[in-house]
Amino acid sequence: MTVFTPITSLLGGALIGLAAVILMAMHGRIAGISGILSGLLPPTAADWAWRAAFIIGAIAAPALIVAVAGNTVIAFDSPVPAPWLVVGGVIVGVGIQFGSGCTSGHGVCGMARLSVRSIAATLTFMATTTITVFVIRHGLGGF
Amino acid sequence: MARVLSALIAGLVFGAGIAISGMINPAKVLNFFDFAGSWDPSLAFVMGGALIVTAAGYRFVLQQPKPLFDKTFHLPTKRDLDLPLLAGAAVFGTGWGIAGFCPGGSIPALGLGEISAVIFVAAMLAGIVLARLMRKAFAPQTSAGK
Repeated sequence: MTVFTPITSLLGGALIGLAAVILMAMHGRIAGISGILSGLLPPTAADWAWRAAFIIGAIAAPALIVAVAGNTVIAFDSPVPAPWLVVGGVIVGVGIQFGSGCTSGHGVCGMARLSVRSIAATLTFMATTTITVFVIRHGLGGF
Repeated sequence: MARVLSALIAGLVFGAGIAISGMINPAKVLNFFDFAGSWDPSLAFVMGGALIVTAAGYRFVLQQPKPLFDKTFHLPTKRDLDLPLLAGAAVFGTGWGIAGFCPGGSIPALGLGEISAVIFVAAMLAGIVLARLMRKAFAPQTSAGK
């Protein structure tokens, strides 16, 4: 079980949106993690510097929160066994490369622009995620 | 310097949002999709908050002639619903449902020092490289750019 957190989830979501707006205002870029990461892998994009800075910031923020407020403020639990993290990770990597985006790029930035491609992609991945979780938890009795 | 610093700040705000919202927590993500079991609707609020701010902010920002540190806004120009988009999205969702991490959740989770995030991110980066090789193999004459 995880606790229903409407207030902090709404607040955190608003910060995710704020980050997307800052990146668009400053760099004219979509705040999609798959696209930003993709440009950091070889052959590295010419504009790797802002991409690296964004990723470093995204990693540093939770570390800073824990350093200031203690390690109980951010709930974290990964119920998935390591081999399945590898399987899921590879599948996610392949999917975001062919699908040109993930939850942040399509689900937030693209949907906010009312992009038809992003809306279709988001509906598609939300559907397959739901089916996958159902099959694993209620069909196979897994995590 | 200001260029890179502004991207760092955007990244910090993003990472804080992922952490505070609960998107960083695979158990919470998986519960959001578990309508038939221990459903936790929190992530609908994450999506709602993010969409409201992004839609409002973009409305203002995209009316400006250009971003502060670039000559132009880099917006996707494709309009058609092609197979790579939909199949890729379907594949991504399957992996998200298995691991409970999406790319945006997993990167900030590295900052918590969680080994599960390290394993997932390493596998995801391998998957991106694998997909690029697949694209090259399937379409040797055309560029794999987006």
